[in-house]
Amino acid sequence: MSPGFRLLLSVIPFALLGGCSSNWQSALQAHGGPAISLKQLIILIVAICSVVWALVMVAMIHALWRRRQAWRAPMELIPRRERRMGVIVTGCVGATAVIIAGFTVASFLTTRTISVPGKDDLTIRIRGLQWWWGVEYLGPDPARRFETANEIHIPVQRNVRLVLEGDDVIHSFWVPSLAGKQDLIPGRINEIIVRAEHPGTYRGQCAEFCGLQHAHMGIVVIADTPEDFAKWVDAQRAPAAQASDEAVAAGRDTFMGKPCAGCHTIRGTQAAGTTGPDLTHVGGRAFIAAGLLATTQGSLAAWIADPQTLKPGNNMPLVPLTPDELRAVSAYLASLK
Amino acid sequence: MRSLLSFVCMVMLCGCQREERQLRLDPPTADALDKIALMPNRIGGAPPQVYFALNQPYELNAYNLSQGKRLYTWFGCKSCHGDGQGGIGPSFLDGWWTYGPEAVSIYASIRDGRPHGMPAFKDKMTTEQIWQLAGYVQTIGAYSAKTAAPSRNDEKQTRPAENRAPAAILFNEGPAPVHPDQGPTP
Repeated sequence: MSPGFRLLLSVIPFALLGGCSSNWQSALQAHGGPAISLKQLIILIVAICSVVWALVMVAMIHALWRRRQAWRAPMELIPRRERRMGVIVTGCVGATAVIIAGFTVASFLTTRTISVPGKDDLTIRIRGLQWWWGVEYLGPDPARRFETANEIHIPVQRNVRLVLEGDDVIHSFWVPSLAGKQDLIPGRINEIIVRAEHPGTYRGQCAEFCGLQHAHMGIVVIADTPEDFAKWVDAQRAPAAQASDEAVAAGRDTFMGKPCAGCHTIRGTQAAGTTGPDLTHVGGRAFIAAGLLATTQGSLAAWIADPQTLKPGNNMPLVPLTPDELRAVSAYLASLK
Repeated sequence: MRSLLSFVCMVMLCGCQREERQLRLDPPTADALDKIALMPNRIGGAPPQVYFALNQPYELNAYNLSQGKRLYTWFGCKSCHGDGQGGIGPSFLDGWWTYGPEAVSIYASIRDGRPHGMPAFKDKMTTEQIWQLAGYVQTIGAYSAKTAAPSRNDEKQTRPAENRAPAAILFNEGPAPVHPDQGPTP
């Protein structure tokens, strides 16, 4: 193996790592208060550990360089040297204890500052399910509550309290650009505060292995300006759009007559199932099937036609539809903006 | 000797097999599975040949039983049948099947409904889902233990686990048949 080839081989992994960089899901691209605090903590710990590591390496190389003269009697004790070594070892152990205690305090202070709920925080209930996210906007006024799925909008520069619940297995909510991780555990309620400083789209991912489609359990968090957010809330609270033309109306009728309505809710129609995601405004969401495909009529049709090939093991059954029915249903769902 | 023993153990490990999970049922197979042959009184009958060709997947496959258990909750079976002990609807735990204990009868009950309140689910569930649910319901009041069991309960136990207490124990004498067409008590 020539040295050039070996160099090339060692470069390839780093080049591949470059592919991991994306701005919308990275703890190092912090865009919200809690995430920024966590990033500072990460940098602090990595920096101090790097300095310690470098010092240890320097000391070791120095020791190797300056080999002791061969001793006449290896077991001989020289009191002066023994004392000096005792002082150095004690000093290093003491420094280690101080550094670790410092990390503990820093970590404690960081987690304390990022998890203080305010009184008037916007509260959203997130349900983790195999393999999608149920989202319910809570508020003091029950009439203003509404449900959606797999996508949440939050106003910028405001703390948002997420109430996390699980229904089947343990999931973990993780939007690295906005906050840390928090588990969703069946039978228990956890909370996490997220916050975005700038408008934008941030991706999250289930961070606790939860079965076959763990990798396809994404969530999108969209941070809006307060005006845009208010507009979005009003749009979401409204019942589903009325059918605009004949094809869409045919799709609606198919949806109601087939097993679709047994699991999904479309507010304003008789579809009121709660097993699957709320589809009232599915056409307006960026992705379908928890981040699997971008929402278009084509991808909706592909998903409905064969969900078990696109996301094997998920709980959406293959409902037999004729091509005309499939076209109509996908047009109907795409129209639900 | 020791290396031989460990070699034998390794070879035996190769015999381990994970149960097959059929995640995607081909639409033609699903169509065929829906073509059950019921007796004229709609009690008892025969599942289609493909059901046996697939090795009775809805009675003997743990994944399908687990999915059936989830469907039992998702489609509201609990609101009438409880956790199997009955309520507005009949109990499954007692091992007495008003319309017979075969999976195919249970399939027909779910798909088409039955008199006195059992709704039809053919517009709400797919063929595969109805079969999964039927297999699970049969397990609740099974006469004999199976090697396949659905997933465990996360909630408080309100009855023996499926498959642990076959209904035959609860059902020694047998009540008088409630349906004159049912034939001998099971």
